[in-house]
Amino acid sequence: MNLLKRLSKERLAIIPLFIIVMVVIIGVFGQNIAPNDPNKVNMALKYASASQIFPLGNDYLGRCILSRMIYAIKPSLIYVILTMIATVGIGCIVGVIAGYFQNTLDEILMRICDILLSFPSEAMVLASAGIFGIGLKTMLMTIIFLRWPWYAKIIRTAVLKYRNKNYVYYMKAIGHTDLRIIFTQIIPSIIPDIAVIATNNINSLILMMSGFSFLGLGIQAPSAEWGMMLSEAKKVVLTHPEQLIAPSSAIVLICVCFAFLGDALRDAADVRRNVDDF
Amino acid sequence: MLEVKNVFKSYKKPDFFTMKRNMVLHDVSFSMDENECLGIIGESGSGKSTLSRLILGIEAPDRGEVLINRKSVKNRRERKGIVSAVFQDYTSSINPSATVHDTILESMQISKTKFNRQEAIELLNKVGLSEDYLYRHPHELSGGEVQRVCIARAIASKPMLIVLDEAISSLDASIQVTILDLLKNLKKEYNLSYLFITHDIQAAAYICDKLIIFKDGKIVEKIKTEDIKNVKEDYSKQLFNAVLAV
Repeated sequence: MNLLKRLSKERLAIIPLFIIVMVVIIGVFGQNIAPNDPNKVNMALKYASASQIFPLGNDYLGRCILSRMIYAIKPSLIYVILTMIATVGIGCIVGVIAGYFQNTLDEILMRICDILLSFPSEAMVLASAGIFGIGLKTMLMTIIFLRWPWYAKIIRTAVLKYRNKNYVYYMKAIGHTDLRIIFTQIIPSIIPDIAVIATNNINSLILMMSGFSFLGLGIQAPSAEWGMMLSEAKKVVLTHPEQLIAPSSAIVLICVCFAFLGDALRDAADVRRNVDDF
Repeated sequence: MLEVKNVFKSYKKPDFFTMKRNMVLHDVSFSMDENECLGIIGESGSGKSTLSRLILGIEAPDRGEVLINRKSVKNRRERKGIVSAVFQDYTSSINPSATVHDTILESMQISKTKFNRQEAIELLNKVGLSEDYLYRHPHELSGGEVQRVCIARAIASKPMLIVLDEAISSLDASIQVTILDLLKNLKKEYNLSYLFITHDIQAAAYICDKLIIFKDGKIVEKIKTEDIKNVKEDYSKQLFNAVLAV
């Protein structure tokens, strides 16, 4: 809560956070907000310019670009955020157990992480698409499967930094349980580190998802996704370059917002920088 | 109240190719009574801090046992709230993201489920700090103030025994005396027992009822503080003469 309180005082965080929250809200209520059916084909409006009914124009099948952009928020951003939460969650549980208890289980968990980290993630996504079929679900599950060990290792290292501090020894000495020590001392200490890494890495995940959709491995037609919209627009990049503007701007805007949010989180996490709070 | 019985402790040498272990404590045995202040004096590396970690139950001995009120300290539930500690390194003694209020309350929670802000303020007043300090973070306090907060936290759990592991060593000389006086007063007020681990003989003589002289993980001599000038062992004489010479 203290981190959120301090974050609210960071000017750098307010605008990006506001934009991200607004985009997420638009994505959640997309069906009610979108002006048109995103999948309705109208060949008469192929590559039509912006109009009152179609504010961002139409694509190569005459579909409303704005509506498709709004519907694309779910797979492009909301599912990415949920994927990141799941990845960090699994990584956090494994990393904290391994780092705090420092026993045989730590060795076993870390070797499992080493094995999973030795797979190149792009190749594994391609392989799982081949085995389980192409689709957003497959891609997200594969990303979670491949990325949690990376977080587990980072979080374990962070836990190692704090587990031998005197305040942890003190809690043990007076008889608090390990679970309580983890929740009251260890996790609050590592949350700023995790928050900063997660917000910075969400960008790479957004780009990765867009990249796979661009290659046709992610969400499938006729559903909309920013990366897939870019892929469709690239075919007419010389004749209708305006088709690229909406999806590419959305990806850049969200990535920039997360980058600024990550910086703000880093500043907010630094308690010494926030002496004026008291 | 505290019984240390034939305790041995060793650590594995940091060399990957050897199975040898560094013996840190050799057959250490002593006991202390309630409301007593027992000083453990020894040079750096003599095993004093290892002994404190064993007494606090943070580590387990290779052999032997540590009992408080005839119950082993191994079981965290059984020593709950009975023992407390003040460490030397005050910079890592309090969670940097926690306020003084959170720090004291975390300790209070061990002895009871209901607590209030007023009790935290009273504890702060006992250690000579005002209410203004309640919502400060450790980096906003001086070394002496942090150590006072650590003492307030230590008594917040209402323990019988407080292990003071070089608790005043990293403080300025003037603050050391103030903290020692504070500890003396609190001992009387709360009927506390102290295990005062230090390399500072003068400080130990000032506050302790009995002294144990420690060398290379072994007890050299046990004496009453009033007999400090009548030590028998050569090492003890050497140690006290060095202090007198200074």
